[in-house]
Amino acid sequence: MSIKKTSLNNLHIKHGAKLVVFAGYQMPIQYKDGIIQEHKYTRSHSGIFDVSHMGQLFISGGDDLTNDLEKIFPADLKKLKTNQSKYSFLMNNKGGIQDDLIITKTSDGFLIILNAACKYNDYEVIKSKLDNQYKLNLDESLSLIALQGPEAKNVLNKVIPGCDSLKFMNGNNHVYKNEKVYITRSGYTGEDGFEISIKNSDAETFVESLIENGSKLIGLGARDTLRMEAGLCLYGNDLDNDTSPIEANLKWAIPKSRIETEFVGSEVLKNQFQSGVKKLRVGIKPDSRVIARGNTKIYNDKNQEIGKVTSGTFGPSVEHPIAMGYVDNSYSTVNTKIFLEVRGKKIPANICNLPFYKKNYVKGEINV
Amino acid sequence: MSEVKYSKEHEWIKLDGEEATIGITKHATEMLGDIVFAELPEKGSNVDKDGTAGVVESTKAASDVYTPVSGEVIDTNQMIVDDPSKINEDPEETAWFFKLKIKDKSEMDSLMSKEEYEKFAKETSA
Repeated sequence: MSIKKTSLNNLHIKHGAKLVVFAGYQMPIQYKDGIIQEHKYTRSHSGIFDVSHMGQLFISGGDDLTNDLEKIFPADLKKLKTNQSKYSFLMNNKGGIQDDLIITKTSDGFLIILNAACKYNDYEVIKSKLDNQYKLNLDESLSLIALQGPEAKNVLNKVIPGCDSLKFMNGNNHVYKNEKVYITRSGYTGEDGFEISIKNSDAETFVESLIENGSKLIGLGARDTLRMEAGLCLYGNDLDNDTSPIEANLKWAIPKSRIETEFVGSEVLKNQFQSGVKKLRVGIKPDSRVIARGNTKIYNDKNQEIGKVTSGTFGPSVEHPIAMGYVDNSYSTVNTKIFLEVRGKKIPANICNLPFYKKNYVKGEINV
Repeated sequence: MSEVKYSKEHEWIKLDGEEATIGITKHATEMLGDIVFAELPEKGSNVDKDGTAGVVESTKAASDVYTPVSGEVIDTNQMIVDDPSKINEDPEETAWFFKLKIKDKSEMDSLMSKEEYEKFAKETSA
């Protein structure tokens, strides 16, 4: 399979990116400043992330679309207003997560943002579950640019005036160079920010104008440290086919109104809601500077294995190693002492609250 | 007059009499990215040529540090443990890793000169 490039590939190279292959795409892992500086710039000013490798799936056509999508996703799509977004999951029959995604109601249907590594499979699964009744378009003529950080609203407003009125997890159509762009206020760094869906041919000039207004390109390396500090999951690391949203501590994303209804995996989830789960995703803070990365084994004080780290790094803003992973439910309480096996040694650590870094989202309407 | 040599694992070694100072090269730090953790061998321990004698971790990954020669660890640089970012700042001078009392000076012979290492680094990173 040939390696794909996003419409910003030349710009990445021009800005000194170190390129790696991620989910079949040539992507920047970092630029000249390096991961820590890029991370801190996003937290203090604003960072531009090329997330064009992610899938933008548009589904439209037919009055029953909302009903039929609710048979797939555990989100309350009937209550969703036009331009409103929700975090949800594509699950298998065992309640395992096949992908985590954002669903936005558009004027004529829904837009679903999918993880790059899952998007083609998701497309086939969703298409087949919808019995080919609707129009599905995994639109690769569009780029997706995330702008994140406390200055994101000011920078974006200079390039596309009016977008700062958007509320968190809401979107709208805007115009850039006489072309329609779709902007949502969302992101995955723990900062206020936006995701801009824009024609491939306009993406480079758009990003250049963000840079001219003070923002900087940020690579996948800092995207990973930012999302970890924000306590957010990375599909493939922290979420997979054998892990349910309840086990992943993402119960909040399944509204109460949907628990008794049917969707793919609903039997398993209903059961887990009632009887609890054996393993649970937790935040982990090592006592020392030692970093416990994915697959590090977790032990209790009796030297019994109780779980596994799924993501771990050094958090540049919290200035300490951070990790998340799954432990036997009886060890999931905050401040429980655990031990991480790193290079043959048992490193003391504590279960801690997520996120490691406090969010700065601009709140919209609260839907209970 | 001290002698400086380089290993294929991207360590530098400076020999003064029987005392060798060892660290990682600037090229190594550029490949690793921002270093956020360093672990050093214990003072008084013996390390063998090409064996593991420490660890550095960047935001991305962990890498072993090897010793290019055998000897007894006589000193370690606490500064880089307390502030690993010093390794990125000054890898070939103040941010050395450990000092050895060298066991066999002939182990220096198989290591590379500065010119040879620069050529090697350029070829392997291309």
